[in-house]
Amino acid sequence: MGCVEIRGISKLFGNVPAVDQIDLATNEGEFLVLLGPSGCGKTTLLRMIAGIEIPTAGEIAIDGRVVTDLPPRMRNIAMVFQSYALYPHMTVYKNIAFPLRARGVDEGTVRKKVEWAAGMFKIGRLLDRKPRELSGGERQRVALARAMVREPSVFLLDEPLSNLDALLRTSAREELRQFQRRVGVTTIYVTHDQVEAMGLGDRIAVMSQGKVRQVGSPMDIYMYPADTFVATFVGSPPMNLLEQEDVLLGFRPETFMPSDAVEGSEGVITYPFEVTYLEYLGAERLVYGNVGEKSHGRHVVARLPGSLTLPLEAGKTYPFAIARRDLRRFDRKSGLALPGETA
Amino acid sequence: MTSPARPGSSPGASRGGIFDRQETLAKLLIAPAVLYIVAMIGAPFVLAILYSLSDATTGEPSIHLVGLRNFGAALADPVFRLALRNTFLFTLLSQSIVIVLSRILANALLKPFRGKWLVRFLIMLPWTAPISLGTIGWLWMYDSIFSPIDWVLRYLGMLGTATALLGPQTNLYWLGVPGLAIASVIIVNVWRILPLATVIQLGGLSSIPKDLIEAAEVDGASPWRRTLMITIPLTLPIVSIAFLFGIVFTFTDLIVVYVLTRGGPVHMTQELSSWTFFKGIEAGDLAQGAAISLFMFPVLALVAIFILRMARRTEVV
Repeated sequence: MGCVEIRGISKLFGNVPAVDQIDLATNEGEFLVLLGPSGCGKTTLLRMIAGIEIPTAGEIAIDGRVVTDLPPRMRNIAMVFQSYALYPHMTVYKNIAFPLRARGVDEGTVRKKVEWAAGMFKIGRLLDRKPRELSGGERQRVALARAMVREPSVFLLDEPLSNLDALLRTSAREELRQFQRRVGVTTIYVTHDQVEAMGLGDRIAVMSQGKVRQVGSPMDIYMYPADTFVATFVGSPPMNLLEQEDVLLGFRPETFMPSDAVEGSEGVITYPFEVTYLEYLGAERLVYGNVGEKSHGRHVVARLPGSLTLPLEAGKTYPFAIARRDLRRFDRKSGLALPGETA
Repeated sequence: MTSPARPGSSPGASRGGIFDRQETLAKLLIAPAVLYIVAMIGAPFVLAILYSLSDATTGEPSIHLVGLRNFGAALADPVFRLALRNTFLFTLLSQSIVIVLSRILANALLKPFRGKWLVRFLIMLPWTAPISLGTIGWLWMYDSIFSPIDWVLRYLGMLGTATALLGPQTNLYWLGVPGLAIASVIIVNVWRILPLATVIQLGGLSSIPKDLIEAAEVDGASPWRRTLMITIPLTLPIVSIAFLFGIVFTFTDLIVVYVLTRGGPVHMTQELSSWTFFKGIEAGDLAQGAAISLFMFPVLALVAIFILRMARRTEVV
């Protein structure tokens, strides 16, 4: 159980398409991340799967059953909201029990299941508290427990980590992933944070302007972006795009290295790199500068590991090199990836 | 020319103008409110207590204390007991109806629809009109001969024919029959408080985060369950405030009864405020009037305490 199929889904707000003809399907037990900038339609898509938003066109099926016209409560899904949406007037216990009681589960079973869910998220000692007496991290756990307690066939998460501070976010990410592996519930996770997407997803669907640009494993998305949007949205700093005749040449900052540091010279292209600015970030150094002679479309970033202590200075030009296998080519007009490596 | 002002070097620079002296400024700013409360609420209240313990009349307003005699006399008076019962009846019944109706209106006004501004405007209208004018309008609605309500009932065949549901007479005589007169007063009170209550309810409903309702939907709650478990508990504090305000307004209102029925027929719609007025001002027995009006005090004090507690609770949630 636990497959979501989306066929030709669109959602118009007025005349503006928020979601534009999307086809997408999850595998069973998969952790699928919808990644995109704000306003790309990822949350709208998630809300349509939940049944909170009604699609303008298209069809949604969960476990092979078309649910497009069913209200949320008949879809056997659970959702965690960005704000957590805990019921402020109820204790943690009542919050977690709410989905069960709404289904008319008897009180004995409710108690057992609430305790099971609370134990799983280590919030057993908080059951008598009200949400306002909890920290951000505790609220997030309560929201997860409330979602999981009914054992849904699909688990929907809308940026559940964005309200946590940076330190907590990293540990919450790890816990979330381990928990999902353990329960094996198909999960759809919306985020604009590519680090979360890369770290959590079995697969990532990168969205922009209501469309899915690419679906693939984190490695696919990173190594072989389908177009220049994916190339520049994923990765920090983003993929360098160098104008070269009628194509854009793309390469990741970490593949652009001083030629001395590149072993051998076969399959390597060397450019004179005029350094304009340096950032020392501890584990790595970011080197900004220009490549080649043309006036625009030649600004690139190199990302050097901290272990590479080669002295570099702004205002000077150094030979930098890229391995050919690390080069990607994109059509200049459409931005779509072109097959094969550059000559 | 000017040297930098050092503390203590020049008194003007270090102490500043009156607006820089927070202590003085605070007292100055709060003074009008204190004066107002003392002059308009404190003094009349003390005066009412003094009068209630005296034998003052409008002809002889000097105060000779006579003890609690006036309270005993009021309690022994059957009209007073009727007025006391009516005050509670009118207030509780009208405000209960207001809570239900205002909730329905507020729910309707939450949804976007064409001409919403017009509906809002019409709903607010009774609140902006002076009570006396509005009530005079109702006086015409309840007129013994020309009542538009009766006219509509006759038109619908519910009144004025031998087989009519409400009887063969041509008019219902709204203000002349005890039961109908009581209903009339309650209806006008509902009409009067409904706008305020609707606006408060609207505020309460729209302050519930949309996420919560959606979460409840996803959690499997039916519309009934969402209303009972989420919306009502979350709006309870603010609805209570609307309810308590309505109670204060209705409990102390004199105009509706004074304009509509003058307490009639035969004191059947008399309430504490109207009875205070008729007894104390029109009949000139200041002492009795003061004693009757003071019976409102414990109820209003209790309501005030509740309002303040509720207000604090809404702050927390």
